[in-house]
Amino acid sequence: MNAKTVEFKKLVSLVSRNTKCYFKDKFTFFMSLITPIILFILFVTFLRNVYIENFEKVFSENNITVNPKIISGCTGAWLMSSILSVSAVTVAFCSNTIMIDDKISSSVNDFKISPVKGVTVSLSYFISNFIVTFIVLMVIMLIGHIYLACVGWHMSASDTLMIIVDVICGILFGTLLAGVVESFISTQGGLSAVSTAVSSMYGFICGAYMPISSFAKGLQNVLSLLPGMYGVVIIRNHYLNGYMSAFVEEMRAASVDEKIIEQVINGMRDSFDANIYFFGTKIPLGAMYGILLGTCAVLLLAFVAIVLLKNKRK
Amino acid sequence: MIIEIEGLKKSFKDVKAVDGLSFNVKEGELFAFLGVNGAGKSTTINIISGILSKDEGTVKICGHDVETEAEKIKSELGIVFQNSVLDKKMSAYDNLKSRAGLYGIYGAEFKNRLSEMSELLDLKDILKRPINKLSGGQKRRIDIARALFHNPKLLILDEPTTGLDPQTRITVWKVVDKLRKERGLTVFLTTHYMEEAVNADYVVILDRGKKAAEGTPHDLKNEYASDFIKVYKHLDEAEEYFCAAGNNIRRERDYVEAELKSTADAVAHFKIRPEFFEDFEVLKGNMDNVFLKVTGKDLKEV
Repeated sequence: MNAKTVEFKKLVSLVSRNTKCYFKDKFTFFMSLITPIILFILFVTFLRNVYIENFEKVFSENNITVNPKIISGCTGAWLMSSILSVSAVTVAFCSNTIMIDDKISSSVNDFKISPVKGVTVSLSYFISNFIVTFIVLMVIMLIGHIYLACVGWHMSASDTLMIIVDVICGILFGTLLAGVVESFISTQGGLSAVSTAVSSMYGFICGAYMPISSFAKGLQNVLSLLPGMYGVVIIRNHYLNGYMSAFVEEMRAASVDEKIIEQVINGMRDSFDANIYFFGTKIPLGAMYGILLGTCAVLLLAFVAIVLLKNKRK
Repeated sequence: MIIEIEGLKKSFKDVKAVDGLSFNVKEGELFAFLGVNGAGKSTTINIISGILSKDEGTVKICGHDVETEAEKIKSELGIVFQNSVLDKKMSAYDNLKSRAGLYGIYGAEFKNRLSEMSELLDLKDILKRPINKLSGGQKRRIDIARALFHNPKLLILDEPTTGLDPQTRITVWKVVDKLRKERGLTVFLTTHYMEEAVNADYVVILDRGKKAAEGTPHDLKNEYASDFIKVYKHLDEAEEYFCAAGNNIRRERDYVEAELKSTADAVAHFKIRPEFFEDFEVLKGNMDNVFLKVTGKDLKEV
């Protein structure tokens, strides 16, 4: 075996260990699910009716009647886009406990005396955090999609596949951000503080709890500078596409004028953050992927720099 | 020599943790490294194992420099840390498997090593149990198995028996002795138990980052530890007598203890005051006395 294969096998061994450690701790797993659960409860108890009323208002103002199941499903899809995009970051922050635990228990010293490169150890934390976050998000997505199937499913196979791609992009962003920020944390208290701050703030600043369109213009402009927000909007697009098409079909069946259909759909897309504007300019979907992945590249560079510096310093 | 240290220095800001330390450890030796907390033991171990870098001096393990040839040293070194580094929620088996993976030990090789370790440390019944469900002694056995899994030449034991019950301490030492006899393993030990240090081939006592004394336990006792006589009858008279004779004494509830210049000194006292010798004992100085004399500190109290 050459040196690279040997190091790769060590990486696999470490990733397996980190992932096992996470899932053996039921409490940590539960804590990772807290943000999505809170969002779901918040939605079912308060927000769902508000959004349904907003949709109905848009249609009734234009004297259009649509199937309530599409409206119900659409609000559910909006919720799912919020939960998944926010959880991609919050779960990544909460799930990185093994990296901190290893610092606290001095397991990092055990790695330092082993014939494994420091870079391999750091990379193993990142990969296992990515895997854990992906598994948690897939569980949430499965539950959410069962809910959507019950209240009204209007999503194409390609949009469903793209949602998985979007989730992967979001997790990549979340795990890299967590990797960079949590590199500087070495206590359980520090991790709790950062995780709590991220869990409570991230949803608001990315428009997961309230659409960004409902914020003041100035705040909207400030928020449009945050790359994480584009991750939310990307996933929202793929969740809402099918429902918007269903609305269009309903309106065409009711012989609504094409111009009004366009106005209604655009209005809804603006109101529910499927369209996003950077200082007044509408951002195309491709550019949003570019911004998100570009940010991932910058975070990756920062992560690599931190890892190299930490391995140098003794 | 398996460890060669010359003029080692390491400071943390203004604190000199290790200050010009030099010593050697021979292959196959049980080497005891003694010192109170903060004496520089852990810093030295961390430098030997490559966790910390040194400021000055040379450190060689198995003839390789710790900084320029670190990769060659890693497979020769096993450490049982003072605080266990086992993953508590995982089973003993999973812990050993992930550790073996870091040394490139997989598949059949892993199984062979596991059965070897299992036999040596009697692990069979505890392998499937999570670490947090094991007793202190069982955890320590897994710690040792983890450190020995890759078959190192040098085993560093950093206070391996602290907090263990006497029976488990005996078990740990039986394993260490067996490994030394059968495989010629070199053991570098730090401990707070002087009865463990007394079995060492060579001892270095560290105080405030500097070497305060070194030698075999026998040499150290001869050089630094006095013998004692304990008299259990005529306590008031004995106290008065030994005080007048210029001996350091200690009065306890049921005996008077007097420090002697040598064991033969007891005979001279016997000739003068035979009545004290109705109930008495003469004790050789031990490593506790050596440590106290060398550092001025009692290892049991720090």
